Amino acid sequence: MSQPTGPASQGHAHKQPAPPPEAMPEAMPEAMDVTLAINGSRKTLRVAPWTSLLDALRLHLDLTGTKKGCDHGQCGACTVLVDGRRINSCLTLAVMAEGRTVTTIEGLASGDALHPLQEAFVEQDAFQCGYCTPGQICSAVGLLEEGHAKSDDDIRELMSGNLCRCGAYPNIVAAIRQVMDAQPSAKDGGAP
Amino acid sequence: MRAFSYDRPDSVDAALRGVAGQPGTTTEAAVKFVAGGTNLLDLMKADVMRPERLVDISRLGLDRIEDTEGGGLRLGALARNADTAYDARVQARYPMLSKAILAGASAQLRNMATNGGNLLQRTRCYYFYDTGTPCNKREPGTGCGALTGVNRIHAILGASDSCIAVHPSDMCVALAALDAVVRVSGPTGERTIPFADFHRLPGDTPHIDSSLAADELITAIDLPAQGFADHSTYLKVRDRASYAFALVSVAAALKIDGQTIRSARLALGGVAHKPWRDPAVEAELAGKPASLETFREAARVLLRDARGQSHNAFKIALAERAIVRALAEAAGVEHS
Amino acid sequence: MIAKPTIPAPLDRPGSQIGKPVSRVDGRLKVTGGAKYAAEFNTPGLAHGYIVSSAIARGRILAIDTAKALALPGVFQVFTHENRPSLPWFDRKWKDDDAPKGSPFRPLYDATIHHALQPIALVVAESFELARYAARLIHVTYEADDHRTDLRAAKADAFTPGKDKGGFQPPPKPRGDADTALAEAEVSVDLNFSQAVEHHNPMEMHASTVIYHNDGSLTVHDKTQGPINSQTYVCNVFNLATDAVRVISPFVGGAFGSGLRPQHQLFMAVLAATTLKRSVRVELTRPQMFSFGHRPETLQRVALGAKKDGTLTAVIHEAVQETSQTENYVEVVVNWSGQQYKCDNVRLDYKLARLDTHTPLDQRAPGAAIGVPALEIAMDELAAKLGMDPLELRLKNYTEVDPNTDKPFSSKELRACFQQGAERFGWHKRSHAPRSMREGRQLVGWGMATGVWDAMQGQAVASARLGIDGTLTVGSATADIGPGTYTAMTQIAADILGLPIEKVSFQLGDTNLPMAPLQGGSWTVSSVGSAVKAVCDRLRDRLAGLAAGLNDGPLKGLKADELTFADGFLIAKSDPSWRLSITEVMRANDLLVLEDEARSIPYYKSQMKHALGTHSAIFAEVRVDEDLGTVQVTRVVSAVAAGRIINPKTARSQILGAVVWGIGMALEEESMIDQRLGRFMNHDFGEYHIPVNADVHDIDVIFVEEHDDIVNPLGAKGVGEIGIVGVPAAIANAIYHATGKRLCDLPITLDKILGA
Repeated sequence: MSQPTGPASQGHAHKQPAPPPEAMPEAMPEAMDVTLAINGSRKTLRVAPWTSLLDALRLHLDLTGTKKGCDHGQCGACTVLVDGRRINSCLTLAVMAEGRTVTTIEGLASGDALHPLQEAFVEQDAFQCGYCTPGQICSAVGLLEEGHAKSDDDIRELMSGNLCRCGAYPNIVAAIRQVMDAQPSAKDGGAP
Repeated sequence: MRAFSYDRPDSVDAALRGVAGQPGTTTEAAVKFVAGGTNLLDLMKADVMRPERLVDISRLGLDRIEDTEGGGLRLGALARNADTAYDARVQARYPMLSKAILAGASAQLRNMATNGGNLLQRTRCYYFYDTGTPCNKREPGTGCGALTGVNRIHAILGASDSCIAVHPSDMCVALAALDAVVRVSGPTGERTIPFADFHRLPGDTPHIDSSLAADELITAIDLPAQGFADHSTYLKVRDRASYAFALVSVAAALKIDGQTIRSARLALGGVAHKPWRDPAVEAELAGKPASLETFREAARVLLRDARGQSHNAFKIALAERAIVRALAEAAGVEHS
Repeated sequence: MIAKPTIPAPLDRPGSQIGKPVSRVDGRLKVTGGAKYAAEFNTPGLAHGYIVSSAIARGRILAIDTAKALALPGVFQVFTHENRPSLPWFDRKWKDDDAPKGSPFRPLYDATIHHALQPIALVVAESFELARYAARLIHVTYEADDHRTDLRAAKADAFTPGKDKGGFQPPPKPRGDADTALAEAEVSVDLNFSQAVEHHNPMEMHASTVIYHNDGSLTVHDKTQGPINSQTYVCNVFNLATDAVRVISPFVGGAFGSGLRPQHQLFMAVLAATTLKRSVRVELTRPQMFSFGHRPETLQRVALGAKKDGTLTAVIHEAVQETSQTENYVEVVVNWSGQQYKCDNVRLDYKLARLDTHTPLDQRAPGAAIGVPALEIAMDELAAKLGMDPLELRLKNYTEVDPNTDKPFSSKELRACFQQGAERFGWHKRSHAPRSMREGRQLVGWGMATGVWDAMQGQAVASARLGIDGTLTVGSATADIGPGTYTAMTQIAADILGLPIEKVSFQLGDTNLPMAPLQGGSWTVSSVGSAVKAVCDRLRDRLAGLAAGLNDGPLKGLKADELTFADGFLIAKSDPSWRLSITEVMRANDLLVLEDEARSIPYYKSQMKHALGTHSAIFAEVRVDEDLGTVQVTRVVSAVAAGRIINPKTARSQILGAVVWGIGMALEEESMIDQRLGRFMNHDFGEYHIPVNADVHDIDVIFVEEHDDIVNPLGAKGVGEIGIVGVPAAIANAIYHATGKRLCDLPITLDKILGA
């Protein structure tokens, strides 16, 4: 019999007898104003520094199209475009995105006209449950913009940061390929 | 994630003022720089790291990639990993580095992660991440869970009884092989740290990862002129085809004259608490014919002191084979 | 955009919608971010819960100090076993539709710790971040007992379970004398297998958003494969009336079995909402996704005896599987081995061993995905020993009746699967000796295996509402966890009433809709689809009757079977120019809407006389880098016989995805437990490896023609599980063919290839 004690953290309690020194347990973060250009419109929100860009989108702006699949940068479901580049919004603080341009899945279509990748994903049945899909599509937008993918194997490798538990990968590659082929003028490499 | 305050200074000096007076190494610091955030924020969510204050350095510039006078290349500490890997000069002159960076993480993470941050990545040991388990690195004195637990991904070289964690970076393995130099700014001005001295072995203080002081900022990484562009490669062996940490990786670089090796660099990832180099083995390679036999002998000697744990002994044979494969590939020698 | 299929000429192809590759009707919502999942229903004042999990694997909580957490402004409450409200004592109150025999886990019930990562407290605060912070400040003191999480150690105490779970059939009694036949066999193989624990890990983490209404009623957005199951659980556990709890889950971000039982976040969210009288969301973290059910670790032995010509003379299949201390989780692992091949001497044995883990849980093709690969790897080994083409060996022992029951199959086009799959793959070009094919430095291997799954049907009810404008709304309280239920049901309804797809909508995921069973086991098309067909058939008959009753109409006196329904019209078969639109028929009868409801009841009588199943043949190509032990699955052909395919586009996707699951099972997925701590250690997506895009290459899916009018009125058997079943074996067999190494411990990670 043993009697481990300790702070239960990350849902897992602790074996170490003494809790680590707390700065001030009751310390609370101070909220800050953050202004972002999201999907074409300027938004100012008041968030504490510990709010991720992902949670700011989902909870503060009700832009729930961006998904939380792990919250640790290990699945890609939270992929959005910041200043045109694909990133994991779960590993960015909202305050760090101050002044940036953020494009989420909700900002890709123009009115009723879907983005070609959105069209292609539907056409190729590049999803099942749909949960990883916004991240996949935003990631694919970034991939096309980067211009480093030439072959299907390149697409596979450069889309590997987006897990799909339904296993729609072959159709995801087909959808991206379809759009790539329709854009012969796509960039031919170079730094993003 | 604990409560913390946030600041975004607009100059290197202001950033340094933010960490001024902090004792110890950066690993233990209560005030931390954040740029890409890809590892620090992850660890803060897991309650493994608990900084009281974050100093956002992502807008300080320091993101250029420039030629140096000596014919080398200076990689800005805040240049993103993706921009570094796809930089035409890096691709042409340091292809091994480009390949190593692109073997790591995902396109999204490489778009976020900075070069300086890559150096400060912390281990992916399960026990380090799980605050419900013992870990000397996370909480000194609690013991090493991995030593008697699940240690398939752990160290075979340079480990101690306190810690068998490995450094997770791919980029750093190539930088180690290239003899890169880390440029650092601190309260007393600038200093440089040879790459081999930047990371450390765990010993009985595994909670310290690097020799970077808590009041210092990485400003750049200098690559020497010799990039081994003709004969080098980066080989990464992992549990799936992409988006996984290395079980074993090898950065191999050779200078070859005819069939003879003039000089060699060999760094291993996934096997130790830091990118692993063995200068004696590299020296032995010089003057030898670039043959499989030579490479096998080098691999054997390099791993002579390797020690496996309950689940990871396979890494010893794997590392040997990976070294031979990488050297052969770098040399352009047919590997049968 | 929704693809708009062209409606064929009415008389040419009346059944025009079923069998068409219609794009998902919910596709637009999913690609625009408009589809809302359980954690995405936001409401003003929503509070957020964060779960604290146990550090120890077994023992009890001596104390939980929550003071620091509660002191934070904005923390509403910390729920623990010490302050929870009164909860029911009887096990039956905690049971759900997928519960096995035993005592279901009761969160926060008492101080007892049953397994590592067990939820032991819930912090509720005004924000997610604050709840997470406060959770870090909770200090727990435990008294730890010795735990047992090692199946190999527990095997000695294994016991034979009874019929301990719905759908479970214990193995049939032995036939003949398998052990003697094995000993006397001209050729025999005897292999031991192990299968690692796998966690479902759908992309959407389990979450429940409970909206609290002023009258005390709840709207619950839960991640579930059956909203009614969640509703019943909540009502029973919290003593609420059925009409006070409405569960709405229109979209589910994958589940694969994880949503078959109400998971503890549902309990937590309802507990907090009802106690605090406010709306609450509880979302698990990814590590916490390893804190509940999983595919159980399994140890197996398969021994086969045969004559030199390949005729099977003995089949022995034994399995020991983990379950928890509190419930008897069972699944059909070994029975398939008595069903797949003709053999007179068969002994099948299935046992459970108790571990200090959470009760296992059905995961895609439960049982079959573990047991069938063991049999199929053993068959491959037997073929190698016989010097026979593995495909020939299967054909040699092919059976048209189920030897376990002596019943004929309602349909079994497995031969066609073998033939078409082999042809597409180019199997005849295989050089059968191991290590005989290579490309450059890489060894190439070709392997094959058979898959099987049951075709099941449950009762379901569907409602339908036809408007005078010809729009049809059909509904049933099923789920769509990804297979394309919205689309398939829309097609069935459109087909029967001859309506364009865009005039039809299907509703699901709402307890206000008529009863549907859990979505699982590949039976949704069969169960709910049959109900949709039934209710649409009734509307059709009623419309026909209404049209026939119009004395001055062109269809006067015609019976339903004398009419065709197409493009919104009722058309006389005898003369297509005699027609009335649905709108005309309803207007003439002064009807604005036509509503109905129907229940589908399986053809129990004819089904009982038959064995019902789906079958498949899988052919896989691997490339093995023998120096480094890495394996790439370069090509897979999966030929499937699953009756009628309602939508070949979405059905193909299901098979593709299941093949990816098979790749994961064969090569990557493993929840690694620290036996000393009794805890899964690689509990995240970084270290629990599921296949990534770069792991997946060419996958070719064939649906062979198969007619079946016994399984259900649609003749559709469902394809959710069959796609995974044989895949791990086909890959393991391909690795054997490439390397000559027979590997029977899944997943086959590179260290196993290096070590063999």
